[in-house]
Amino acid sequence: MHVRLLRVSVLVPLLLGVFFALLVSTSGGAQASPAGTSVAPAAVEEPECVKPKERDDDTIHVQGCLRDKRGGGDKPVPGVTITVEDDQGKVVGTGETDETGLFDIPLPGSTIDVLGKTFTIKIDTKTLPEGTALQDPKQVSLKQKINLETDVFVTFPIDDKPEVESDLERALDLAVGGIVFSLCLAMAALGLSMIFGTTGLTNFAHGELITFGAIVAFWVDQWPGDITIGGLNITFVVAMVIGFVASGAFGWLNDKALWAPLRRRGTGLIAMMIVSIGLSIFLRNVYQYAAGANNRNYSQYGNAAPINWGWFTFTSRDVFVVVISVAVLGATVLALSRTRMGKATRAVADNPALSASSGIDVERVINVVWIGGAALAGLSGILLGLTQGFNYQLGFKVLLLVFAAVTLGGLGTIWGSIIGAFVIGIFIEVSTLFIPAELKYVGALVILILVLLVRPQGILGRRERIG
Amino acid sequence: MDFVSLFGDSIQQAIGPTAIVYALAAIGLNIQFGYTGLLNFGQAAFMAVGGYTMAAFVSTWGLSFWLGIVAGLGLTAVLALLLGIPTLRLRADYLAIVTIAAAEIVRQVVGSVSLKDWFGGQDGLQEFSDTFRSYNPFSDRIEVGTLVAWSANDAWVMLVGWTLVLLCCLMTWLLVRSPWGRVLKSIREDEDAVRSLGKNVYSYKMQSLMLGGMFGALAGFCVALRSAAINPSMFATDVTFFAYTVLLIGGAARVLGPVVGSIIFWFLITFLDLFFSQATNPSSGPLIPPSIMTETQASLMRFIFLGLALMLLMIFRPQGIFGDRKELAIDAR
Repeated sequence: MHVRLLRVSVLVPLLLGVFFALLVSTSGGAQASPAGTSVAPAAVEEPECVKPKERDDDTIHVQGCLRDKRGGGDKPVPGVTITVEDDQGKVVGTGETDETGLFDIPLPGSTIDVLGKTFTIKIDTKTLPEGTALQDPKQVSLKQKINLETDVFVTFPIDDKPEVESDLERALDLAVGGIVFSLCLAMAALGLSMIFGTTGLTNFAHGELITFGAIVAFWVDQWPGDITIGGLNITFVVAMVIGFVASGAFGWLNDKALWAPLRRRGTGLIAMMIVSIGLSIFLRNVYQYAAGANNRNYSQYGNAAPINWGWFTFTSRDVFVVVISVAVLGATVLALSRTRMGKATRAVADNPALSASSGIDVERVINVVWIGGAALAGLSGILLGLTQGFNYQLGFKVLLLVFAAVTLGGLGTIWGSIIGAFVIGIFIEVSTLFIPAELKYVGALVILILVLLVRPQGILGRRERIG
Repeated sequence: MDFVSLFGDSIQQAIGPTAIVYALAAIGLNIQFGYTGLLNFGQAAFMAVGGYTMAAFVSTWGLSFWLGIVAGLGLTAVLALLLGIPTLRLRADYLAIVTIAAAEIVRQVVGSVSLKDWFGGQDGLQEFSDTFRSYNPFSDRIEVGTLVAWSANDAWVMLVGWTLVLLCCLMTWLLVRSPWGRVLKSIREDEDAVRSLGKNVYSYKMQSLMLGGMFGALAGFCVALRSAAINPSMFATDVTFFAYTVLLIGGAARVLGPVVGSIIFWFLITFLDLFFSQATNPSSGPLIPPSIMTETQASLMRFIFLGLALMLLMIFRPQGIFGDRKELAIDAR
């Protein structure tokens, strides 16, 4: 049970992108918002819905309250027709909600007759007041098995009539969330791809580099007092910069302490891959040891208000994430294509032996790549943590998506990993138009397998020796 | 520190049902990774498909238990086919990424609300082990001395499980001595050389992947039957990684490697767990003060050691305890 709760509490913040969270709240589904949402006190002047007292007679009633709790209020919804059908679809009882929103429909026959049978309770949506609808439009009927000798109490959550949002508008909203997620993914994928390109290592501990950034930034964020410049609170920005630098240092340490000695020993790539699995398990549990298993949120940008801009809706937090990640990604790509170090990096990725013989210090290049790759991964973790909250499993949970992005784009290519991240990130969000939200990761992974089937080298990979 | 219970419980785990599950899973990995050099990082998917097929056949669709077993084995073979087709022609790391992705796909699909009617969502399925338990010859607890004891159900799972493990080992032994097994080993050593001798490497790899996956399905049956329940958390990604650790401790490409590995692995894991939980137990005057390690943190120590052990093992003794270094040319091209 504990494990399951943990998993749910980890998955949910990951699953809910910012925009997605907004959408879900209008469309129902399995929602468990990680952030404690404050509930406004109920309006007192409305008549309360009182659950009727137990009766002595030998019948079972289906009862329920139809209350409109939008905006923190609690208003009754009267005059709505409810019908109860038995398992053959025959109507066995109807009722209407009274002024307190209560309905009370007796089932025919005595307790013994109905025990163990399944009834369907239907709500007639045409009788709902103007402007209201069920929170989950598909939930017009509830199946209820009578298991106990007590009355059955059911609820139908009421919500705003969903604005008739065209598929295009919904897709656009989802795409915004997808782009924010893609940019975070792209930084992690670029880091992984750079390390893979120069060393050939498929690093399963890359997820822990992502988590490292988020944890360090959180630790700085928790220092007492705010850091301000001219009245502007920049605590999080400082935390982010420190997390970014610390991640780079951690990457340097990773390479110097573990991977460089292994390369010198001539350890095989598959052996190194398994070492990285060990490192991943080790680090993940050390993180939990040090930082606990709780979900964390940064002190700033917690409840950013949505901004409407033409067809798009986004928050200041989204703008922040997009600006930072586009700047960092752009700088990295420029550095890789223009600077001497960048050129040396691409040369090493292409052919280490040839670059060594033409005077490039391969070990130094690899070390710099580790610093850069880990710093990118750490920043990605910080921004993911900012948008969704995080815990010690953050990186482990997105690692597969990062792998998918890199493989999809073409293992070891620079632009490929960024494009792959966009395909995966946007697909994950937009696919919820067609498939249940809980299966959106599955969709992305299926796409990965299908693309490998038709284009094994990935989108931008060159068609050389991949077999 | 209660050393009698410390050793007793560790031994109980080391030869108990959990060790059997991981031994079977690792025997499958041994065929794939140890003998053929295929990096299957999705053994949990094969276990889940096997276990869930059996459970859903009985508890969801009310069909026969034996039919469920056969279908479970069949479907894991189909899964291997599906995963193998796109990846077995590619470099080793592609198979690794696709199989680990498949494991996540299977776990999320069986745990999804959309398919709750079939697979029970996160709660999983129960009430499928009656047929299995009806054959149980044991009616009482089995006690060996005062040190270890098993319930009648565990004893029955162990009797069937260890028999299965021995049969699988025998099968592996016969297979790797056969010409078929020699082709597998040569694929591991040099794929191109095998191809130039006119062997269909793709087809041999596929057979190896399917066979190993079916051993994984047996592990899936065991994991479901020993607790008479099945749910998605039993098939997390870490399960596969633990099975690899089991295989590497005992020694890959050795018939009995997975069995010895599993016994040692579960002895050490349980020992570490109990040791640290006793050392931090507040009621008995903790050895380690809570400021350094709380009880929650103590439960993580075994995984921290496990991660370290896997790294050190792979760096300093990749052949494991019994392996032969020459047998194990694990290297990507």
